[in-house]
This record gives sequence, structure tokens and C-alpha cells, in this order.
Amino acid sequence: MIVNKISVLIGGEAGAGITRSGFLFAKACLRGGLHVFGANDYQSLIRGGRNFYIARVDTEEIYSQADTIDLLLALNKETILLHKDELVPGGGVVYDAEEIALKAEELNRDDLKLYSIPLRGIVKELEGDLIMRNTVALGAAMGLLDYDLDILNGGLRDTFKPKVAELNVNAAKMGYDYAQKHYAESFAYRLKKTGAAGKRKIFLTGNEAVGLGAIQAGCKFYAAYPMTPATGVLHFMAPLDREYDMIVIQTESEIAAINMVAGAFFAGTRAMTATSGGGFCLMSEGLGMTAMTETPAVIMLAQRPGPSTGLPTYSGQGDLRFAIHASQGEFPRVVIAPGDVEECFYKTVDAFNLAEKFQIPVIIITDKYLVESHGVVEPFDPNRIRIDRGLLLTEDEYVGEEEYKRYKFTDEGVSPRAMPGMKGAVVRTSANEHDEHGYTTDDPELTTKMMDKRFKKLDVLIKELENYEPTKLYGPEEADATILGWGSTKGPIKEAMKLLSEEELKINYLQIIYLSPFPVANVQRILKSAKKTVVVENNKTSQLSSLIREHLLMTIDHKILQYNGRPFNPGELSQRIKEVL
Amino acid sequence: MVTLEDLKTPAKNTWCPGCGNFGILMGFKRTLIQLGFERDQVVIVSGIGCHGKIVNYVNVNGFHGIHGRVLPLATGIKLVNPNLTVVGFAGDADCYDEGWGHFSHAIRRNVDITLIVHNNMVLGLTTGQTTATSQKGFKTKSTPFGSIPPMLNPIAHALVSNCTFVARGFAGDMMHLSGLIVEAIRHRGFAFIDVFQPCVTFNYLNTYDWFKKRVYKLEEEEHDYTDRQHALEKSYEWGDRIPIGIFYKEEKPTYSDSLSHVKGMALTKLPAENVDITPLLESMM
Repeated sequence: MIVNKISVLIGGEAGAGITRSGFLFAKACLRGGLHVFGANDYQSLIRGGRNFYIARVDTEEIYSQADTIDLLLALNKETILLHKDELVPGGGVVYDAEEIALKAEELNRDDLKLYSIPLRGIVKELEGDLIMRNTVALGAAMGLLDYDLDILNGGLRDTFKPKVAELNVNAAKMGYDYAQKHYAESFAYRLKKTGAAGKRKIFLTGNEAVGLGAIQAGCKFYAAYPMTPATGVLHFMAPLDREYDMIVIQTESEIAAINMVAGAFFAGTRAMTATSGGGFCLMSEGLGMTAMTETPAVIMLAQRPGPSTGLPTYSGQGDLRFAIHASQGEFPRVVIAPGDVEECFYKTVDAFNLAEKFQIPVIIITDKYLVESHGVVEPFDPNRIRIDRGLLLTEDEYVGEEEYKRYKFTDEGVSPRAMPGMKGAVVRTSANEHDEHGYTTDDPELTTKMMDKRFKKLDVLIKELENYEPTKLYGPEEADATILGWGSTKGPIKEAMKLLSEEELKINYLQIIYLSPFPVANVQRILKSAKKTVVVENNKTSQLSSLIREHLLMTIDHKILQYNGRPFNPGELSQRIKEVL
Repeated sequence: MVTLEDLKTPAKNTWCPGCGNFGILMGFKRTLIQLGFERDQVVIVSGIGCHGKIVNYVNVNGFHGIHGRVLPLATGIKLVNPNLTVVGFAGDADCYDEGWGHFSHAIRRNVDITLIVHNNMVLGLTTGQTTATSQKGFKTKSTPFGSIPPMLNPIAHALVSNCTFVARGFAGDMMHLSGLIVEAIRHRGFAFIDVFQPCVTFNYLNTYDWFKKRVYKLEEEEHDYTDRQHALEKSYEWGDRIPIGIFYKEEKPTYSDSLSHVKGMALTKLPAENVDITPLLESMM
């Protein structure tokens, strides 16, 4: 009997409520005091196709999906055929034999437990909508696992309006009862509430965490054009505009979005946009404008595999160099790569502070795997939040000995920033090279001085970032091998480390969170004593390796790369790490 | 209240002598004085092209942005601080070529801003190429055999997009233009003025004389600017007689009017500190 350790995959056509069902399963486990992780996988279409959601459950902290599946909830035949080989021996398949004719030779696995549940029949009996088959399957799964159905019911009631909720509660109950009646004691897995049940933890996606971080940071203006996988931020923010005095606007393009954000920040409001690679391309010119005008900006770039449209609903890390170099000319910027939902929240707050303190654009680089997967985290701590608006002048009137100069030369390069409308100040800003007052110039000396002014900020910024935990080390200081990564590979790498530690391999992992400016000192400190270096990335050319080469003149010993649109599975990753050690 | 002296800047004006932009500059300054603004109450936004330099020549708040993006920039500013009077200046290539995608959307939103397009029917600063409003057959360096597509009709486009204030001015009649700008700024909603602005260097066709012979004032011919259909008919008038003045005007709810929670509130005044996200966290447990 395996208790409280299971990987469940629910799959079906798009529009069948797959993600919601998977989420509800995971949440029911979380509320029972278990640890969960949830990842979705879907194609770029509205109806049909093959969607799935993996909910992994454990008693200890988990950071990614597993390599294998223990229980498959199949709402269509394709799901079974697609995932049957990922099932462990003794794994279960919940399906509706009345709808899915499964031939033995198609399945070609005689070590699986097939649990036919009349999903459609139960929905028909309840006179419900066919989409409710997913809830029946959820109930059946709970029945097989002998879990507390009330916890699932709580989730259903939180999700649906009362009438629909009760229908779903009934559907779950009938699925549960059917499974208990026909398949009692048959499945080798069990789920049980633990002592941690009712402990207050939150379960959310990276997109939601970024949105929450923005709201927490006092963002009052969010402008975006929908683009997978960043659309989740827009969906998160839109219904909250009234509660948090925000304006959330869907623009005609990403070009409009970045320009509106620049306008809002120029006016004195914290503002943000989010997009994916294609949209970020369109924003590039605006990005440079924010840099030249020294207008703060916060942009979340959620990567998917390219080039071009690539795999629009999958994940990748091919845009790191692009984020660091996008737009013409040279200017300082910050590129932050959170690695999990918790960092998505706190680093977004940091992004706003850095953008305003240094009056520069800040890019939060994420990917589909991070922003659309659900992770568990302790409720965010308001005591950890610090708001720093830098040299923003918030008084109603400007009183200076001289006329206000938007680009006044200062020791650290940052000029006091008045909001237009401030009495006695004329705020003139320009994307052309300009003098201290913001008047256009092509004077060679002034041009040099202004470029130097902007880059002075970089020196201060590099020092400042030391307070922002630009890198994190996991595992022992001294190790036989050091893994390096950034962004969403954090989860699979941490999982792989667990597996490797079971084999008594001494490995540590350096997560690089700030990629521009590159935290040279922090990385150097670790790499100096590293015996063997392994970079793990979801791209083809190992862009992190090239950054390390560029900044530290060090060559990475081994690169473990995957660029098929899918995140690393921990077992596979640990195997590949072992191979290079 | 500003004076002409207050609005002066030390920047050297680099427009060609006789450029139509001077008429717009003077007309705009005159408007600011007439409406009794303070320098800090107004924000002007410009794009790229000769027109864009206007931010250097009027001593009010200004954002000299990039090519084609005057409207989203101005929209962002106005939405978060409705206390500011925001006036966008764009060129014909800036607005009708590079930034065309924003035009209809800014009109649809009806944000309370004014857009003044310096329409010289040619690309000036890049030394003479065709634009969306160049006449068919117009010969330039990029169209040595004549511009092939017909000219775009911005007035008609604005009208069919349900723009709430549509006007056309002529830089050669500064007093009349200033009157239009006054009306446009007073208008509650998106106000659009296309301004014939002769380029004395690169537009050999549409010159001051060419316009002077043709333009006439709508208000002198009993034009009813509340009649969209009639305004649309007028917008197609081109040739021997070309109308200037207010084509159409109506009051409609602005974008901000529909944001009941922020109506009239300057988001710039809200603190970034101490936002309570506890209810959101509770909903995620």
C-alpha cells in the first residue's frame, strides 16, 4: 500500500474542464495537509486535441511533476493511448468503458488496473451537462484512493455557483460511491488527511503570483495584449481593478501596451505589462524608449519555444539573450528570473522597486512551465514587503533653487523624478538624446555625458543587487559537482538533487536569479571552488553558459539541454546529470 | 496663467523658414494663453518627424516619444492622471503610416485627449518620401514614377470610427486653427484635428498657395457639425474646394467614465505602500 504519494494525470479534449479538474484534485490534497504540484499541458486550439493536467501529491515538499503516472483519469481514448506507457506497473486507469472501447492489443499493458466508471451514465442520470464527466471521474478517483470526499466538495463549492456546485457535489459522490462499491481495496494507493490539514497554504500559478506581486507593489495600471502564456496575468488582474483602484486595459497591440505603461509611469503611477516572445519583439522599441527617457517600466516576458510562433502553448528558455539585449543602443536594465511561484511574487515587488529607484526598465523573465503550473507556498508575508520609489518627488509643489531638470546630473546618475502636474515644475522627457532639461541635443560632449550618466546607475545597481539575493545556493558549499540554472528549471533540478542525494552523490545547485546585470561576484565565488560544472537549460545553445563565459571567462564542463517544449522530468534529469559526472 | 514669454524655450528652432509647423506652434501657444493654463497643467506628447520637435519649443511638460506611438503614450498619461490636459502632436507619417494601428483604437476608447496631426502629405525629416496622405501620382525620391495608391482620408476614417470631435485646420490660417484647438481641448473626449501644414522644402505640390486657393471654412457654409452623414459627405470633398473647420462633434461617455471606481481620480496620487492582499491570499487557500 502506497499512502500519500501519487501522481495523477487527468486528460481529455480541450473544453472538457481538464485544468480545473486537475486543480481541484490537487487543491483537495493540499487542504488535506499534503504537498502538491500541478502542471498543465495543452495544444493551441479551443476544442478537441489532447489536454492534460498532472497533479502530483506527496507528504514532503515537491517542486515538479514526476516522471511516471500512478493514476490516469481519461475522458477520451487518446489520453489512454498517449499516456499508457508513462503508467507504473499496477497503475490505474479510470475511464468509461461505455464510451471508450479499449482493445487489449491497443493497450498492450497487462499490468494496469482498469477502472471503468459510467461517467456519461452518471451525468445523464443527474441530467447534468456532459462537461461534468470530469467531476464524476474526480469523485471516482477519491473513491479509489479512499480519500475524504468532503474536502473535494469544499473545492467544488468554492469554484462553482451554488446550484452548479451541488450538481457537481452529487456527481462526485456518485463517482465516489461507484468506485467504492465496485473497486474497493483494489488500488494499491491511498490518500489520507494528515496532521497538517487545514494549515494555511496557498496554491497558485506563476502568473497569479506575478499579478499578486504587482498589486502588492502598488501597481495601478496594467496594460497588455493577450498572448499565451502571459495572458494569465491579464485574467488575474482584470477582475480586481475595482478592489485595488487599478486600470486594467487590453490594448490593440503590445506596442500600445509598452507605450501606455511608459506614459503611466511617466505620469507617476506604477505600471506593468506582460507578454511572450512575439509581443516582446514588438515592445523592443518601446523598451529602448523607456531606457532613453529614464522612465521606469516593468515587463514580464513569459517564454515559449521559438523561433517565431514556435510552440505557442509550450515552454522554453530561448529568450534570455533577447531579454538582455533587446532594443537598439546600449543601456542598463534588470533581468530577473524567478524560479518558483514564491519568487514570482517577491521578485515582482523587487522589479517595481528597482525600476523606480534606478529609472530603468526591468524585465521579469519566466516561461510557460513556471507561469501556468500551480505551486504551493506559504501565504506571502507583508512584513517582507518594502516599497522603494527612489527619487520620485511626491510633494505637490516643486521648490528648487533652480528650474527643475528632469535629467539633472547627479553623483549616482539618478535624477529626482517629478510627476507632470507638480506645481512649479516642467517635466520634459525625450527619447532623443537630450540635455539636463530634456531638450534634444546632438552635442558630442553632452552625448557622452548623458550616456555616462545612464551607465553610472549601473555601477550603483550592481552593488545594490547584492542586497537582493541575486543567486541562491542549494546543497553543500563543497560538492563534487555544481549545477547551474535559471528560472523554471529550479523545480526539476531540486527534485533531481533529491534523487541524486539518495545515491550519495555530493551535488550543489546555484540558481541565478538576476541575469542582468550579471552577478559576477556571486557566481565567481561558487564556481572558483566548483570541481565540475553542469548547466541545465531549456534551450538549444545554452545561453547561460555563454553568459558565464562572457562574464567570468569560464567554460562550463557539461551542458544538459532540452528544447522540446517540455520541462525536464526529475528522474530523466538526474540520469543525465549522473551520466556526465 | 501663462504668457507668451513663459512658453518660450531656449531651444533653437530648426524647422525650415516658412514651415507650416510655425503656424501650428503659434496657434497652440495662443490656445494655451487663451484658455488660461499654467505650464504644469499641460502635457504635450510628440512622435518622430519635424513635428516631434515641438516638445522643445513649448515650455510645458512634454514627452518626445518614438515614431508612431503618440496615442498610446498620451493615453497612458491621461488615464492615470485625468487632471492633466494631454495634447498629442503627430505627423502624417507618424500617425497615418507608422502609428495607424493606434488611430482607430484611440478613437474607440474616447479618452479625453487631443490629437493634432501635422499633415504635410510628405515625409520631411527623412528628406522627401511619400506618406499615406500623399496624393496619388506624387513623385518623391521613393516614388520616382509617382505614388501608386490613392491618398488615405483621415477625416472620413475618424468619422466612421465614431470619433467624437473631428476637425481640419490649415497652418496658413493660424487664428482659425487656434480656434479649433481651443474647441478640441474643451471637448470632453477624444478630439482630432488634421492640420494642413505645408512642407516648404519637400512638398512642391501641396503648397501654401495650393491650399489657400482651395480651403474654405465649413462654419461659413452652414455646416451642421452634429450631422455625421453630412460630415462624411464633406470629408470626401477634395479638389477645387477643400473644407476646413469642425466636421463633427458630439458628447459621449469617455473611457474613464466607464471606470466607475477611478472616475476623476488621479491614480498618481495613490500610495504604493500598504496594499492589503490578504483577501486574495485567503481565496487561494
